[in-house]
Amino acid sequence: MARKQESLTGKIDWLTVVLYAVLVLFGWAVIYSSSYSGDGKSVFDSTVNSGKQFQWIVASVILAALILIVDSRFYTTFSYVFYVMLMLFVVLVMFVGVEVKGQRNWIRIGGFQMQPSEMAKFAVSLAVAKFLSGLNVDIRKWKDKWRVFAIIGFPMLLVLIQGDAGSAIVFVALALVLFREGLESYFLIVGASVTVLGVMALLINKYILVGSLLVLALLIIYSFRKNRKMAGIVLGLWVIASGFVFSVDYAFNKMKPHQRDRINVLLGKEVENGKDWNIRQSIIAIGSGGFMGKGYLQGTQTKLKFVPEQSTDFIFSSIGEEFGFVGSFGVIIAFLGFFYRLLYVAERQKSQFSRVYGYCVASILFFHFLINIGMAIGVAPVIGIPLPFISYGGSSLLSFTVLLFIFIRLDTQRYDTMR
Amino acid sequence: MSKDLFKNRHQVILIIIVAFAVVFVLRLFYLQVIDTKYISLARNNAIKEVDVYPTRGMVYDRKGELIVYNEAIYDLMITPRQAKGIDTAKLAGMLGIAKEECLHQFKELMKVKGFSSYKPNVFMKQLSLRDYSRLQESLYLFPGFFGQVRTIRKYPHRVGATILGDIGEVSERQIESSEGYYKPGDYVGKSGIEKVYEKELGGKRGKKFVFVDVHNREMGSLSKGEFDTLAISGDNVITTLDIKLQEYAEQLMQNKKGSVVAIEPNTGEIIALVSSPGYDPNLLCGAVRGKNFNALLTDSLLPLYSRPTLATYPPGSSFKPVVALIALDEGVQGINYAYPCNEAYNAGGVIVHCSHKHPSPTNIQYALAQSCNPYFCQTFRNSLEKNPGMSVSQSYDKWVKICNSFGLGVKTGIDLPSEVRGNIPTVHYFDKIYGANRWKFATIISLGIGQGEVLTTPLQMANIFACISNHGHWITPHIVKKITDPVTNKDVTHEYEVHEALIGKEHFIPVIEGLFEVVESGTAKAARVEGITLCGKTGTAQNPHGDNHSMFAGFAPKDEPKIAIAVVVENGGYGSAFAAPIASLLVEKYLNDTIATKRLDIEKRMIEANLLHKYGVKTNKSAGMKGEGEE
Repeated sequence: MARKQESLTGKIDWLTVVLYAVLVLFGWAVIYSSSYSGDGKSVFDSTVNSGKQFQWIVASVILAALILIVDSRFYTTFSYVFYVMLMLFVVLVMFVGVEVKGQRNWIRIGGFQMQPSEMAKFAVSLAVAKFLSGLNVDIRKWKDKWRVFAIIGFPMLLVLIQGDAGSAIVFVALALVLFREGLESYFLIVGASVTVLGVMALLINKYILVGSLLVLALLIIYSFRKNRKMAGIVLGLWVIASGFVFSVDYAFNKMKPHQRDRINVLLGKEVENGKDWNIRQSIIAIGSGGFMGKGYLQGTQTKLKFVPEQSTDFIFSSIGEEFGFVGSFGVIIAFLGFFYRLLYVAERQKSQFSRVYGYCVASILFFHFLINIGMAIGVAPVIGIPLPFISYGGSSLLSFTVLLFIFIRLDTQRYDTMR
Repeated sequence: MSKDLFKNRHQVILIIIVAFAVVFVLRLFYLQVIDTKYISLARNNAIKEVDVYPTRGMVYDRKGELIVYNEAIYDLMITPRQAKGIDTAKLAGMLGIAKEECLHQFKELMKVKGFSSYKPNVFMKQLSLRDYSRLQESLYLFPGFFGQVRTIRKYPHRVGATILGDIGEVSERQIESSEGYYKPGDYVGKSGIEKVYEKELGGKRGKKFVFVDVHNREMGSLSKGEFDTLAISGDNVITTLDIKLQEYAEQLMQNKKGSVVAIEPNTGEIIALVSSPGYDPNLLCGAVRGKNFNALLTDSLLPLYSRPTLATYPPGSSFKPVVALIALDEGVQGINYAYPCNEAYNAGGVIVHCSHKHPSPTNIQYALAQSCNPYFCQTFRNSLEKNPGMSVSQSYDKWVKICNSFGLGVKTGIDLPSEVRGNIPTVHYFDKIYGANRWKFATIISLGIGQGEVLTTPLQMANIFACISNHGHWITPHIVKKITDPVTNKDVTHEYEVHEALIGKEHFIPVIEGLFEVVESGTAKAARVEGITLCGKTGTAQNPHGDNHSMFAGFAPKDEPKIAIAVVVENGGYGSAFAAPIASLLVEKYLNDTIATKRLDIEKRMIEANLLHKYGVKTNKSAGMKGEGEE
């Protein structure tokens, strides 16, 4: 036992920890810059965001240490308990929560506000890991498929009811985990096709789209002209695709104008009344950074509040403006490195539980990265979710820290087989 | 797993992640490196060009007394694009206007030429400091609104409106001809010296580049002000006016129509210049300007009319010294020329009467002292008929030229925006009416006694007497002594032209003696002041529209003249009735700084004299009007 105790620090994947620390500290510096008003307030001043973020960072370090100290079997054993407790907590918030920016999903503890739905991420991840690593569980079986869909879908539904579509949609990321664990490829292919077709249905005239698809189908049938069965399948797919295109179009036209505007903003279409103002200002901020950026604390778009939510959802616009292409590229590379490391660490796990959990962590973080930066540069829908470790906010930093450090703790036991 | 398309699923996931990262990097490369338009878009967002208005120069009187200064007021500006979701009712309440008026104002704004919803527009003009500070506390509730400080003029002495002039919004014509310097809403001099010295007083506008945040609040300067240009304050103007005398003159002229012009003869400096009725120049400052301007414009007493330089009167007897001087200079008549006064002069059927009974003059001094009409008709006749070898027409032509050399029938060149020539009819004029050589002395006899076609402004009258007191020269009358740069304290002093009257110097002595006698023992005895050698000439200009105009022009002291003065009181009757006493009081005040006790009753009588009934009105409306911020 003595040897084991001694080597806990030796078993920690320090590279992941260092990448985490780099991102958190960089985020802290950017938060200071985005709320910097030239009045000489210190980075630790708790009346500004950077000072509050410092307190959250300290809390995260303590929390991370606690997570590492606790025996890893605690997480594996009580996975479902965490899950049920968090779900109850989320439900509770619906009744006793505080409303912030139109979303009644905050809870006030002392002077701080927390979003339990953020915390739900690690609980869901633990539950998914626990379920998939169970004996005789096979994701390719429909019975197990439904169960795992339910584990993921239930919190999604709860968060959606609370009106936080952004946090709800994050759980979609867990599809990658299921894919890794053997979910049939056609789920991925169909999912991607539906997404692409749906977007195209909104962008392109539906008749032209259906016509083009028919031309494509006929070309395929012609090239496989000896295969009669193939012709039937391709034609059938075309009919289904056409039906989908028309129903998307129909649904879109049935929507309320403000919902249509939102979708048009996502798709980069011209919108009246300046509803795409936020996104336009974010792009201007990033674009104006140029190759080298305007320099730290020199951003005008973010500092002068042209970009809204510049320290939370739109923090990437501060990075783009002040550090330019070089800095933005650096941040993307850092995240890429981080994701690569997470996948590498996940793959080296002997225990399926740890591997599944690792993939959950990587998928959730990647999805946040994808949506947050994509939104800031105008290629992803406007969904207000934070950039992991960098965006200002206690709930998100603490929840990402918990999510990550449970994985780091599990990794220290990588040679053991755990259920 | 054999049918699985992806054998190494973890690699597929890695590829997906990398693929998205590549898309991001490409997109960033496009936004940040290839497309450069965002740099200027961000700049347009964050950097605002703000005009820095210079302080308008101040105006002082000849003794250094401040007579025009600036007071801060605020224009409430709005950038409509940023003004969204404004509580109109609340804003209207803060501004003390009705909600409908507030909405109306929004609509009016959009009709202004060059309106842009991205640029600040003037929403409400000229809030007083008191109103603005009350509003300022709540201004954060109204995004898009901000206050821009401006200044309005203040006139502590409340006199000299026609000289000092006023400032108002620049006209569209001026904006167009200024080649981009003036912008709508800028203030420029509209009349008086404010207009004439606009370039000096106005200074030069500066430019400041500031960062503004999304609420259009200024957030500091760009590059520590490296690209800013400072506003250059307007120069201070030191006038020739004696504001005390100006005040006294306006007091004496109250409830009377007319003018006072006082000139320092050896410099041409205007000491006082009164147009009566005048108005408090503060009436045309600030938000009340428009309302007051219209009221003054429609006032039947014409307070906006600058009588000293624009009103013309037949000079009457005040013109006789000039007639005498010309005759003496031409040698057509000597000093001791005698002409019998039969109380009437018959020029071939045209009868000119003398105004009062007096012994026949035996010299020119006495003729002036008694203002003998027949004598001067004869003197004028001599000038026309006794020039050796010249026809009447040629003689008259010469006579006109000499008159012009006194500044009559021509503009004096005073530094005020408008001035009229008056009239000395030319040979050409009479030829046109009567035909060449078809007119003779009898036709134009009335000119000899300052009646008929001859017309002079009060300024010209004063100027003639300045010229006489100088023994034959006059300096372009002017209001501005020097212009001082408030920063460097460097003065610019204008040089004013010296004009020579075409009269031999020696001829002035007897005429001046005659003018001295006018006050000592003649028609202006009432204006005599113990200890002051006042010389002058009364005049009673015939007025076909009512009572005659009372006039007096003169100078003092006789030997070292310090002041030349002309006073016109419309419908005041004889020159000795109002004009002469008022002139004497002003001269006494100017030279002695006080009025002798025994003349205080004259002063009282003059101040209290009210001729308004003669102009068909009961009260002087402009005297009761209120300026900005006056309750």
